[in-house]
Amino acid sequence: MLELKNVSKTFNPGTINAKTALKGLNLCLNDGDFVTVIGGNGAGKSTMLNAIAGVFDIDGGSISIDGNEISRKSEHKRASMIGRVFQDPMMGTAPTMTIEENLALAARRGRRRTLAWGIKKSEREHYRDQLSRLGLGLENRLTTRAGLLSGGQRQALTLLMASLVRPKLLLLDEHTAALDPATAERVLELSDQIVEEGRLTTLMVTHNMRDAIEHGNRLIMMSEGRIVLDISGEEKRRLTVDSLLAKFSRAAGEDLLTDRVLIGA
Amino acid sequence: MEFLQSLVNSLPGVLGQGLIWGLMAMGVYITYRVLDIADLTVDGTLGFGGAVCVLLTVNGVNVWLATLIAMLAGMLAGLVTGLFHTKCGIPAILAGILTQLALYSVNLRVMGWGTSAGTQATLAVSVDKYDLILSSRYVRDWSENLINNPIVVMIPVTAVVVAILWWYFKTESGSALRATGANRQMARAQGINTSTATVIGLMISNGLVGLAGGLLAQYQGSSSVDMGRGAIVIGLAAVIIGEVLLRGHGKVLVGLLGCTLGSIVYYFVIQIVLRLGLGTNDLKLFTALIVALFLAVPYWKGKAATARKRSVNSKEEKNNARA
Repeated sequence: MLELKNVSKTFNPGTINAKTALKGLNLCLNDGDFVTVIGGNGAGKSTMLNAIAGVFDIDGGSISIDGNEISRKSEHKRASMIGRVFQDPMMGTAPTMTIEENLALAARRGRRRTLAWGIKKSEREHYRDQLSRLGLGLENRLTTRAGLLSGGQRQALTLLMASLVRPKLLLLDEHTAALDPATAERVLELSDQIVEEGRLTTLMVTHNMRDAIEHGNRLIMMSEGRIVLDISGEEKRRLTVDSLLAKFSRAAGEDLLTDRVLIGA
Repeated sequence: MEFLQSLVNSLPGVLGQGLIWGLMAMGVYITYRVLDIADLTVDGTLGFGGAVCVLLTVNGVNVWLATLIAMLAGMLAGLVTGLFHTKCGIPAILAGILTQLALYSVNLRVMGWGTSAGTQATLAVSVDKYDLILSSRYVRDWSENLINNPIVVMIPVTAVVVAILWWYFKTESGSALRATGANRQMARAQGINTSTATVIGLMISNGLVGLAGGLLAQYQGSSSVDMGRGAIVIGLAAVIIGEVLLRGHGKVLVGLLGCTLGSIVYYFVIQIVLRLGLGTNDLKLFTALIVALFLAVPYWKGKAATARKRSVNSKEEKNNARA
């Protein structure tokens, strides 16, 4: 369903700060795949997600969803197919707008924004139901501004917004990295629940090896702008942190020690 | 006593002018607060609206229609700035300055339309000759020319404008515009074309300023090429005074009403300082300093709060160390 072919991206080309972030990246996702993505700092994990979402133009290669080439489409056009949750809890919501207004914006993803009323009465009931599934009590705070919520609440709300209109692809970019451990755990549970219920095809970047092993049906590891490990099925189920590190050292070799430290295993 | 007496006498003028500039301030509010960009087009747009309105009126166009066209002219100016910004990649503040500068020439041409020189710095429109919507002459007239009294005209006009804007910002399109100003990254992730939203916001904003320009020209009986000089600062002053007085916490309706209230308060303060002996030529200096002060206060407050937090933390650390 998602196919990346030979995707490359260099930031600040031709300058002293030139950085090749993606180097001939190839990836093919099947419908319903929940893929966790790990790798050291600068391996290209977030760059890959941003390339798919259209935050910048890629230098070469192609990106397609369900056979439709999207790499030339603008970010807001691609949003009709892609739901996203970011690392920074501030980035996913409009802080000056209320919870229900944020949800109403998300409910219109991929549709023309007309002069019709921004939130219809019938929507509110639906939002209340959806919010109550998060188990955070937000269903009683529809008119609270999103800026007043905690980081974990905002990430949960963003997660709901990303899936309110069923996306063909869900991109989770280290969306629990800025949260305290207990909250991160809860948001991950919610992610699992939402992905499972919607049978969403998902890419989840994480810094945490254990999370990468425990979630999803497939795991990829990136290094220097490429995928160096791709584990799925039974092999994925039997993974442990140690066996994963051993595999990684065979695949990538040299940078293991630094990466091991960075990944925090 | 005499001071108070003259101040009370100036109140109708304060209200009339304040209400007109309130519309202008709403334009500034939409870019500066809702869209989160500083748009300097408005200095040129106010004069553009005035010039277009007066030119059309003296050429026999119905004055209401002329005022409406002044608003459309303002929207056109906003469109130009918006395209400079979104299609040419020019930073918003610079895009606004470019349009503002260009409008200076345009305004001279508009007011000089049909004259032998082709350009003209002022264009008069006498309320004796033309059936104007309002005029400063009738600002104390509560009987004969009641319907041309600026206060009587501007209250319903303001109410209608606020109602339309409030409705718009509650629609899908208006919500997308607010989201664009609140968080562009999030807006794009939710499929909002932030470029389009920015252009629409600039058009609405400058449309309001053009409308205010048309009304202001009628109020003072002429348009002039520099009637908009420093308008952005007066608009900002009104926006900020309104926010201090009403504390809307980002609610659009409160923000819009705050613009009108802030604008009236601004002109009231100006009357006081004028009567205290400040020269009219020093007004712009005074206004600039006031706005700078109001913008600086929240920054200073923030710094003070951080400093307090830091000293509390270091005290705690000391106590912990001792324990």
